Order: sequence, then C-alpha cells, then structure tokens
Amino acid sequence: MAAGPTLRASQDASGELMNAEGDWTAAHTADLERLAHAAPPHARKLTINLDSIGRLDTFGVWALERLRRSAVEAGAQARLAIQQDQRAKDAREDLFAGVAKALERQPVRTGRGDVLGAAMRRAARGAQAFVEDCAAFLDLVGRLTFCFWQGLRHPERMRLRSAVHHLDRTGTRATPIIALMTFLIGCIIAQQGFFHFQRFGATDYVVDLVTILVLREIGVLLVTIMVAGRSGSAYTAEIGSMKMREEIDALRTMGLDPVEYLILPRILALTVASPLLTIVGNGAALFGAGVVAWAYGDMSPAVYMERLHEAASHIDLEVGLIKAPVMAFVIGAVAALEGLKVQGSAESLGLGATASVVRSIFFVIVLDGIFAVLFAAVGM
Amino acid sequence: MEGDEVIKVSDLRVAFGPHEVVRGLSFKVRRGEIVGLVGASGSGKTVLLRTMLGLLRKSSGSVEIMGVRLEQATPAESRRIGGRCGMMFQQGALFSSLTLRENVEFPMREYLHGSDAMYADVALAKLGMVGLSIEDADKLPSEISGGMTKRVAIARALALDPDILFLDEPTSGLDPIAAGEIDRLIRTLQRVLNLTVFMATHDLNSLKSVCTRIIALYDGRIVAQGAMHDILAFEHPWLRAYFQGERGRAAQIS
Repeated sequence: MAAGPTLRASQDASGELMNAEGDWTAAHTADLERLAHAAPPHARKLTINLDSIGRLDTFGVWALERLRRSAVEAGAQARLAIQQDQRAKDAREDLFAGVAKALERQPVRTGRGDVLGAAMRRAARGAQAFVEDCAAFLDLVGRLTFCFWQGLRHPERMRLRSAVHHLDRTGTRATPIIALMTFLIGCIIAQQGFFHFQRFGATDYVVDLVTILVLREIGVLLVTIMVAGRSGSAYTAEIGSMKMREEIDALRTMGLDPVEYLILPRILALTVASPLLTIVGNGAALFGAGVVAWAYGDMSPAVYMERLHEAASHIDLEVGLIKAPVMAFVIGAVAALEGLKVQGSAESLGLGATASVVRSIFFVIVLDGIFAVLFAAVGM
Repeated sequence: MEGDEVIKVSDLRVAFGPHEVVRGLSFKVRRGEIVGLVGASGSGKTVLLRTMLGLLRKSSGSVEIMGVRLEQATPAESRRIGGRCGMMFQQGALFSSLTLRENVEFPMREYLHGSDAMYADVALAKLGMVGLSIEDADKLPSEISGGMTKRVAIARALALDPDILFLDEPTSGLDPIAAGEIDRLIRTLQRVLNLTVFMATHDLNSLKSVCTRIIALYDGRIVAQGAMHDILAFEHPWLRAYFQGERGRAAQIS
C-alpha cells in the first residue's frame, strides 16, 4: 500500500514552506478531507512544495487548492510550487486550473424561508397543470373523434391489424385473470349474503343481492379497474418509452399521426374488449355465487337458476354494459395522455405509469357515480 | 505492484448462439498507453469492450485487468477493479433522474469517503474539464444536447480518477472543435494521471493525434496492430480502404 498524503512544515527564510508528500489520490479521500480543512498555518507567506508528491489526481489537487485558498482567506500569501520537472508541471497545471475554476463558483443558494410563497407557487403550478391536462384531454378526444371519422370514411386507413393485436393483448389474454377474480368476488359476496341474511331468514334474497350488485356495479367496476391496472399502465409505458426514444417524433416527420397510428387502435381495442370482459366477469361472478349457494347456502343449482331468472333483468345487464366502453375509453385516453407527457428520464416514465393507473381508476369511480345519477333519472 | 501490463486479453472468443463475433483475440495493454481500437461497424469492437468490462459472457479465453482475471475475481476484487476503471458508453448511459453533477458524483459517493463539498467541487472540476459550465451542472440529462451528453459521460467515467479508461466512440457525433477538445483532454489526463486509455473509435483524427497504438479488428480478428505509420504500411484491403480512403487522406494531410 502506498503512503497516504502528508504535509510537513519546514521553516525557512522566505516564509513558511510546507512539503506535500505521499500519494494525494482518490484512495485517500478521508485524509485529503482532513488536510484540506486543517487550520492554515499563521504565516505571512506560505509555499506548498509539490515536488515530493508521489501520485496526484483531481482529489489531491482539490485538497491542495482548498488549503491554499484557506491560507489566502486567512490573509497570507500562499502559492503552490512545482520546481522540478517541466512536463509534470504543465500537466499538473491543467488539473489545477480545472479545479480552481470549480472552486471559484458562487456558493449554491439554497432557497429556504419563503414557505408560504413556495406553497402558493406549488398550488399555482398544480392548478395550471390541471387546466393543461383538461385541455390536453379534450384535444385528444377531438383528435380521436376526427381519426375515427376518417377511419370510417376510408376504412383502409383504420389500423385494424394493430387494433386486433391490441384486442388480443388486452382482451383475450386478460380473460383468465378477470374470470378468476370475478369468480372469487362472486363467491365472497354470496357467502357474506348468506351469512348475514340467515339471521332474518331472508336467504332467498341473496340471489337478488348478488345479481343486482354484480350486473350493475361490481362486474363492470372490477373489470375496468383491472383493465386500468393491466392495460392502461402498459399503454402509458409503451407510448412513454416511444416518446423518450423519439419514435413518436420519427412518426410525425414521416407525416403520420401518432394519434391515428398508436392511440386510436389501442383505445378501440380497449373499448371493444371491456364490454366483452364485463360479460365474462358477470358470468364468472354469478357462477361463483351459484357455487357458494350450493355448497354453503344449501340452495340447489336448479333453485339458484330459477331465482336468478326472477332477479335479473335486461336492464341490469345493459346498465353494466353501457358503462364499460365509456370507462375503457377514459382509461385509454388517460393512459395515452400520460404516456405523451413522459420526458427524458426513467423517473418520469415511472411517474407517468403511476399517474395513469391512479387517475384512470379515479375517473372510473367518478364516472360510475355520474352514471348512477343518470340511470336513476331515466328510471333504469 | 501488478506489473506494467494493465490489460491482458488472451484467446478471447465471444459468440451469440452459433454466431461468433469475437474470434480468438489476444493483446496486451501497458500502463500509460492510449490504445485505439478500429474496425468496421459490426466487427466486434463494442462486443470486445463490453466483454472486457464483464458485461457480456465470453465463450472462452481470458481477460485480465490489473492482474485480476475477471472470471475468478472475488466480489471485493471486482469492486476494486470497478473503482479503478472508468467506462464511457456510446450513448452516454447517464442516469436520467440525476442532474449532471449528481451523475458525476454518483461513483464518488459509492467508492469514496469524502464530504459533499468535496464531491461537488471535484464533480464541477471534472465537468469544467470536459467543457461544461457551472450553470449546466444542475441540468438533467434530457435537457442537454448529444455532444454534451458525451462530455458528461466522459466526466463520469473520470469521476474516480481511474487507472484505466474505456471509451466507446468518445468523439462520434461531436463537432470538430469539441472532438479536438476531447482528444486534448484524453491526452492531458493520460499525462497527468498516467492513465491507460482503451478506446473504440472511428475518428481518424483522434487515432492519429491521441493513440499511441492502434489495434485493427476485422471480422472478429486482429488484422494489424502498432503505431499509426505501421498500420498504414500494412497490406490489407480493408485497412487500405479505411485509412487511404478519401476521409482517411483528408485526416492525414491536415
């Protein structure tokens, strides 16, 4: 192991002379730190002689330059001296010049104190971002409508192949997990229903409870939340990374509209897939409820089916199925918008994917509330 | 001491499936050399670099860096080697969520035991050396140009004042002035820190003005190595086309 850095003082006639010795390199940062912050010697003139230094790198230069500066600040005339080798001197001077420039900078200002101002600015930025988001959403809806209309008039411009590919990804491949999840939820609702309704002897109404809940609310909500988490986030990540790698710009320069090319097929796929997935989900949930009714509630499958026929109406099914595509459209649009907002960094991609899921689930719930009011108003 | 040969590659082979990209390379690099690796696109330059850094698995042969064989290195040894080697990737590979200064500070924080002030000062000094101003230091990698990205990547590779610097196309995509500055920087650092530089490059000017030795790869094999004038004397059709072509001549006339 090479020797660490040391400073040795030797008093001579011209002022104080210090010899720097050992290796002044990154391997000895702790020592360098100590030396750099050592109290400057009280002398009118200080010369630090670098001739006996073994190895010297940027960190060593930093320590020496710091030392010199603190001596200067203490009122001394300080200099670093290399006497020997001209070549080494030239090379080292380059390093010193680089470090000296960095040390000359103004100390970084840390903006503290104005807490109220910062909070107001944050709020203002938030409000501005909200307005911009709304505008971007409306803009996207407009573009999508236009592209869809164009696609209807010129079907060859509709990217159907792409849409079918995405339908497979977001629809077919999501079916098993959605069926399993809604099946379990159906089981749970039925079990809770039987458990609590037994006390009033109202177990017959469990089927009504399950049917209305599943067809009107739970089926479509679970499916769309799953779609938001599964496909919405994937859309954001895809579009975001395409944005990051300038693929979107490449499309634009080729005269192709990214909305038509990337976003419309994805949203079409989602709006088609979600009612289909809702039907699958409804079926699985009602099947799960039937299994529980038979195994836990002592209700034979035949009786369950009969009660189901009485309880379920077309309207309940339609309420669920009308909501699904609207919610899927919003999920797709939010995902695309968040993807397009991604900037250069990996972090912003992560933020975009998170925002996509959180916002689309929030909008799904809000929409569900709005639909409840609307359906009540028209008596559905 | 670990001897004068800081890099020793013997009979190195790298294959992707049945396709062999690096076909039995052997060479040594001595301390203080600036070795330029040339070769057509797809001749295995980047693969060789990545294998030497342990990023790709080799099929056979060995790579020895500072006396340590990569495949036999203990975790402590590979960490030590990691601290003594700097790599600049072709696309920069800057951490996109850190500012430029934080990018340069990052290896320091991992390997050294200094203060934040020291890291900040040294990082700014490095950024200054590669030609960035202090105002640029707090930008994010997504906010700077391609040429600046290269410079910051070099600054980060230099963060720990490494013994060996690996550069993948350090001057590609830079304007001639900036490329000249990078060349000068590499020479200066080599002199000051007795750095060993191993760079893959297409830039005939930097090959000519910076490199002390050139290794020419063709189809995964070394076809020639030596100083610039030795390479020029070689009778190999690809080498002749490379160095005696229009651009090659232009670079040598000036």
